[in-house]
Amino acid sequence: MKTVFARTAVLKDCSTHYCPGCGHGIAHRLVAEAIDELGIQGRTIGIAPVGCSVLLYDYIDVDCIEVAHGRAPAVATGMKRTNPDKIVFSYQGDGDLASIGAAEILHAGHRGEQLTVIFINNAVYGMTGGQMAPTTMLNQVTTTSPKGRSAVEQGYPLQVSEVMAVLPGVVYVERTALDGGAGVRKTKKAIKHAFELQVEGAPGLALVEVLSPCPTYWRMPPAKAMKRIREEMSKFFPVGRLKG
Amino acid sequence: MSERVLMCGNKALAEAAILAGCDAYFGYPITPQNEIPAYMSRRMPEEGRVFVQSESELAAISMVFGASATGKRAMTTSSSPGISLMQEGISYLAGAELPAVVVNVMRGGPGLGNIAPSQSDYFQATRGGGHGDYRTIVLAPSTVQEMVDFMPLAFDLADQYTMTVLVLADGILGQMMEPVVLEKKQSKRKLPPKDWALTGANGRKQHIVRSLWLADGRLEEQNRKLQTKYEQVLKNEVLFEDYRLEGAEVVVVAYGVAARIARSAVDSAREEGIAAGLIRPITLWPFPTERIGKAADKYGLFLAVEMNMGQMVEDVRLAVEGKASVLFHGRSGGGVPAVEDIVGILRQASGSGGGEKGVGKRK
Ligand SMILES: Cc1ncc(C[n+]2csc(CCOP(=O)(O)OP(=O)(O)O)c2C)c(N)n1
Repeated sequence: MKTVFARTAVLKDCSTHYCPGCGHGIAHRLVAEAIDELGIQGRTIGIAPVGCSVLLYDYIDVDCIEVAHGRAPAVATGMKRTNPDKIVFSYQGDGDLASIGAAEILHAGHRGEQLTVIFINNAVYGMTGGQMAPTTMLNQVTTTSPKGRSAVEQGYPLQVSEVMAVLPGVVYVERTALDGGAGVRKTKKAIKHAFELQVEGAPGLALVEVLSPCPTYWRMPPAKAMKRIREEMSKFFPVGRLKG
Repeated sequence: MSERVLMCGNKALAEAAILAGCDAYFGYPITPQNEIPAYMSRRMPEEGRVFVQSESELAAISMVFGASATGKRAMTTSSSPGISLMQEGISYLAGAELPAVVVNVMRGGPGLGNIAPSQSDYFQATRGGGHGDYRTIVLAPSTVQEMVDFMPLAFDLADQYTMTVLVLADGILGQMMEPVVLEKKQSKRKLPPKDWALTGANGRKQHIVRSLWLADGRLEEQNRKLQTKYEQVLKNEVLFEDYRLEGAEVVVVAYGVAARIARSAVDSAREEGIAAGLIRPITLWPFPTERIGKAADKYGLFLAVEMNMGQMVEDVRLAVEGKASVLFHGRSGGGVPAVEDIVGILRQASGSGGGEKGVGKRK
């Protein structure tokens, strides 16, 4: 019988701790596929964030480090500068990257660090129980925005990709959405490209922002969460290539 | 190059770090240690090594964390407020058991304080200023030559015990010029291989550097492992210096620059016929508890001299275990203890002056 779908070699043979319908599992697989296809498993170092994906190293079979909340781009800088032959990537949530680690990602981009950053925007803090993130949508109800996010009270959702794209040290920025088959395929292409650039020695940082469903803290079924990305989230966070 | 050269403490320390095999330096500007990043920004690239001016001390220590995790010798330097920001990273280094060298050229605090020399970070350094059950080795140089000599020692200790080594200097040591000998020395220690390093899992099993342990009992197990390591440090790595203790009526305990002043005070006192001596802790953690405890069996009176409002004096008191009295003299916020003031206290304390009253400050 012909195999049409199999586990990626870089993905470990185990089930994940993620909630049903969570986007992290899909994104992990796409990262693993990209590493596999580029043949860089033996020289890649992954950085796990503080957030739901802190156990990234239990699923993706490359050398990995777990770091303080938001500091991944600084840790990555220390690694890549001392090991230019290694492929270093960080995988970060929106609380991690856009809030507590805003300075670190901005300055890694600003310095033009040769890194690959996978930025999972699920519009909430997942791990701590669904609090408001900088990326939370207007009117979105979370445990810390019980009346829904208001622009006046809590500001507009933070468009990290747009900010990063203006930095000369950033070579590639693309926003994609895990909102269905086509979105998953586009995300795969973008993630692979972000790794390719580092393999080729492109002179700066490559970032892929992935709009990702969190059915648990959006308090809706998985199919509806994907629909929400398509119909609501991508209105404020337009998908597409912003740079490179 | 073993001839003596005249150098300020900060630059001498920076060159010594290079000689000690420092692969990467990360830092953020702060007075009174700005000579170090300036020196490193020129010398590290000359040596084909890494220098990065980070966006903050949070980032600097995280860069050290990253470089160290790949098996490189990495360091950062800062001064008090910057070291406060680094506590996050130092705690993670402890949790992940990574080696690192952190130099604190202390200034006055709390808050922004001032840029004058101080020893105000003793508590932070020796009690583990970050969160969690951990220790850092703390070396306290008292001359520019020791700033130099402690760099290879710091890197070796960090590698041997996979932990952070803090070098606790101060603004005087950082700024003052003294003749020093700078030479590359072969390490006498047998350092363990860095078989945990993240180098890419080419042909071997994945390496993971982590500090999160969720399974029931696993973190306690990890912390016991750390403790075992710390016990080895306590057993093997205590450094101190005894000075003119013969027949001492009063034993001064001081470290760093305060110890130099105390040494002069002891000499002056001896000239007056006052039997004073000095114990200088060189490692602040591990503290020479045993040495001071033994001294307390013999000598009845101790005087802790510090450039703060009384921090190390607590360790002295713990060490003497009530067997001797402990006095304290300290200046803070940029104040420096004067030799005459210390001699005055010694005079009174030894009974050759104005008696018991008004002797130092009993804490
Ligand atoms: C310094 C610090 N502050 C707060 C926390 C608590 N914390 C853990 S995960 C997290 C938010 C993670 O959210 P996000 O980055 O959006 O990732 P997600 O869990 O949604 O994937 C927070 C605030 C922490 N671990 N460390």
